[in-house]
Amino acid sequence: MSANIFIEFVINVLSMGSLYALIALGLVFVYGICNLVNFAYGEFITVSAYVLYFVGTFTDLPWWLVFLIAIGSGALTGFLSELIAFRPFRGRSLDALLVTSFAVSIILQRSFQLGISPRSRAVPVPDFFNINVSLLGVVTPLRNMLLIGTTIILLIAVLILMRRTSLGIAMRGASENFVTARLMGVPANLVISIAFVISGILAGVVAIFWSARTGSVEPMMGSGPLLIGFISVVIGGMQSLVGAVVGGYVYAFIANMLSLTLPSSLLSFRDAIMFVIVIAFLVLKPEGLIRGKYQEERVG
Amino acid sequence: MNDKKQTIQEQGSGAIPAPILQVNDLVVGYGAIEVLHGVSIDVREGELVSICGVNGAGKSTLLKSVAGVLKPRSGSIRFKGNEVGGKKPENLHKHGISLVPEGREIFPSLTVGENLRIGAFGRYDAKRYEADLADYFELFPILKERYNQAGGLLSGGEQQMLAIARGLISRPDLLMLDEPSLGLSPTMVDLIFELIRTLKARGITILLVEQNARRALEIADRAYLFSNGRIEYSGMSDELAESIDITSVYLGGNNGGEIL
Repeated sequence: MSANIFIEFVINVLSMGSLYALIALGLVFVYGICNLVNFAYGEFITVSAYVLYFVGTFTDLPWWLVFLIAIGSGALTGFLSELIAFRPFRGRSLDALLVTSFAVSIILQRSFQLGISPRSRAVPVPDFFNINVSLLGVVTPLRNMLLIGTTIILLIAVLILMRRTSLGIAMRGASENFVTARLMGVPANLVISIAFVISGILAGVVAIFWSARTGSVEPMMGSGPLLIGFISVVIGGMQSLVGAVVGGYVYAFIANMLSLTLPSSLLSFRDAIMFVIVIAFLVLKPEGLIRGKYQEERVG
Repeated sequence: MNDKKQTIQEQGSGAIPAPILQVNDLVVGYGAIEVLHGVSIDVREGELVSICGVNGAGKSTLLKSVAGVLKPRSGSIRFKGNEVGGKKPENLHKHGISLVPEGREIFPSLTVGENLRIGAFGRYDAKRYEADLADYFELFPILKERYNQAGGLLSGGEQQMLAIARGLISRPDLLMLDEPSLGLSPTMVDLIFELIRTLKARGITILLVEQNARRALEIADRAYLFSNGRIEYSGMSDELAESIDITSVYLGGNNGGEIL
């Protein structure tokens, strides 16, 4: 492996992995608090991507404001879906919540199809995203560097929130033992709302970088990142935020490794091989690489 | 049962403060099963009241109802003069009700310090918190030693101390302890009961649920004996300890009409 290929490989793994880590983190934030696998998470991303498209296309706002509005719309989608759809079913069975998340997902998808268009729309991307930069002799678009940088900042922000603030500590407590956290005065509505809002913020950031790569948005676009999120948490583990991040990067590593090493005749089977690896994880290490330290008893 | 109640009231008359907690005719159940069939108790400020009885008698159910984890079907729970039955646990905590749950239920992957920090979540006051923390480190030196360790790494007794400190750090007006001696070594049980005695001496109002009735009656002012979701006996704990053959209640010998 030449030095250039190696550096390119590292950049690809880090940038792809960053995106995957953010996707997985958004899923696990909600799962950790509510034990809910939120199938509507992909649609949170789609909402933000559509907002990027509308605001970016039909206004002259500066790019950073467009991004902020898109991220805000993701947060709002998370907040409202929890308030309107999930809250009434809280305390019922987990299955009820799961079905609700399917319902939210389908309602949003159909709304995009009927209200906007079943066809894809071009999402405007700020020019500097696609500038090619040279790093140690490897040329890569600037957006990959921005993605890695943004992810590092977000991960540090999440770390500070969860370790240093009383709200974050309360959320970690609630994810381990919800009833006991409430007995200590941690309001159920607050921590669940916050979890959905953080999930929505992450979805908004993912939407920016996802649509910058594909250049477009369409009603079903959420299914791609959702699948990636699931694979990442299967690999990394559903029980911890660290697991989600590790899973995202490991997934990107495996995927890039396969692209690099598979003979060209087998390259079209890359995804199939990836799924075999995922199934192997489910069979051999169902708790993922990072096990929630003391959460053996949790189910669902 | 009415006679018993009157006895308490007579003894309670005089300079004794008004009840901080009054539970009246409380009925609670899970699904189709009714667990408490009309239970009435009261706890006055500064008192240590113990609830004893066999497994499944409904003791924990009572505490969980007072703490807001379970919703009453009927009856009333009055705390500091306000009806609180059916309120959310987080709101009741704010009002000053603190439950140290059965099985300790500490947050295992959070550090000792973080466990304590959550304990104060609903009633946090930065200045008071630091002072209280220093105070509890004196009362529970082990917690200071283990401050940065994960709660799950503590021994059972240490976890119980953490759970009690976590329950106290919000400065509750009523501390409810659910089976604090459960599953602990005899030395640790002694330590926990000694601790409860200390807390009582500090003027903390305590409602204690214990299977270890003899030990509980030793330190309590008054006690209620539960059986099958009803109060079998109640009274001053020293009288109860003398006059009632506790063993018979435990063996279920007196569940019949003789007593009721």
